[in-house]
Amino acid sequence: MSGLIKSSIARKVVMALSGLFLVTFLVLHVTINLASVISPEFFNEASHFMGYNPLVQYLMQPILIAGVIVHFVMGFVLELQNRAARDINYSKFKGSANSSWVSRNMIYSGLVILAFLGLHFYDFWIHEMTYKYIEMNPEDPTRYYAETVEKFAPFWRTVIYVVSFVLLSLHLWHGFASSFQSMGVNNKYTPTIKTFTKIFAVVVPLAFAFIALYHHLNPITH
Amino acid sequence: MKLHLKIWRQKDASTKGQMVDYTLDGVESDMSFLEMLDILNEELISKGEEPIEFDHDCREGICGTCSLQINGRPHGPDTMITVCQLHMRSFNDGDEIVIEPWRAKAFPVIKDLIVDRSAFDRIQQAGGYISVNTSGRPVDANTIPIKKHIADTAMDAATCIGCGACVAACKNASAMLFTSAKVSQFALLPQGQVEAPERVQNMVRQMDLEGFGNCTNTGACEIECPKGISLENIARMNREYLSATVKG
Repeated sequence: MSGLIKSSIARKVVMALSGLFLVTFLVLHVTINLASVISPEFFNEASHFMGYNPLVQYLMQPILIAGVIVHFVMGFVLELQNRAARDINYSKFKGSANSSWVSRNMIYSGLVILAFLGLHFYDFWIHEMTYKYIEMNPEDPTRYYAETVEKFAPFWRTVIYVVSFVLLSLHLWHGFASSFQSMGVNNKYTPTIKTFTKIFAVVVPLAFAFIALYHHLNPITH
Repeated sequence: MKLHLKIWRQKDASTKGQMVDYTLDGVESDMSFLEMLDILNEELISKGEEPIEFDHDCREGICGTCSLQINGRPHGPDTMITVCQLHMRSFNDGDEIVIEPWRAKAFPVIKDLIVDRSAFDRIQQAGGYISVNTSGRPVDANTIPIKKHIADTAMDAATCIGCGACVAACKNASAMLFTSAKVSQFALLPQGQVEAPERVQNMVRQMDLEGFGNCTNTGACEIECPKGISLENIARMNREYLSATVKG
């Protein structure tokens, strides 16, 4: 088993599994977010459940954070190893002739998403932790919708979110299908996986961007 | 046609190299790329200069020896060919052509455009073989029934000529396509089953030891491979490796 931890193939699989795990989280996240557009009441209920259910808070949340850390730390490790594997660069390298821009620049789309996660954690997670565990405020199942909409009032924050979703789309465009190849899946289902990847990579980030823009354009009037 | 060439010159492995400009006139469109370099070398020799060292052998696309990065692509602008199969009709009068050696830490430059690809030999030696009883009455491989599509797939993998274009094309200098082709050609066939788990583990271990990069599935190797080796081989190697390692 030690070989599985040290080898290049194991590192690929770690990237693939952590990536797919984060993809499933995205589905859950975008579903709850869409509720904020359709039904503020349901959004409040779902957010309250996610915020106070012990299973979500003490099991799923740490696993999710671990998944994010594993994915980006392994991404950095791979990038450093890959750069070291070519100690002298070509004076002319025509990567566009044989591969897509997104596949060659996963580290950059990933870095933008990581930076976005910093802002996103500051906006929502730090706020939530402070509310619950530092200020020790009482439970309020009705606060989430208003807090979310308020976050998207500043134009700059909405722009940063939307741009980050574009980069997320590019990251998924390569990453989703690529994770199957890394795990050894390349068969008659591969064209379907690739098509699904393209649909997923457009629809999910587009939904996130729509929600951010919707709340920016439809502020709560007091 | 008249060409402006930018060629990597490096005296030896321990000396730092640099790009050197040359202008070559009188190049015919029906010349092969290597013949063009031969003519340049004749000019250099007649002027008393050191000729440009480059690898070549069969000059018919089967030995995998010629190894030039031409205008940013392994084996030049055309697909499914080696440099010796590249002809000057692919270029125009007045073109600038940049010629460099394969770039990978695991492929150190020996001189000018020649790199040391013995890393591939060591990967092959780590497991790219099968146990066959030899005697006065060897068992004919054809006596074992093998489905045609499996035999064809194994043969497709076996067409890898070990040129290193996959490493040269990969932004990570990964050798996964080469190694996976060598794993696949045996893994697919009954004769290759005896050492299958050890083979994939040992070859991947050696590949990693040589300092090649990690595969990020850009697919550049598949596009630039002169023999059209498919990414399916990499997926097969990943499956073989995971299965062998988990089973211990």
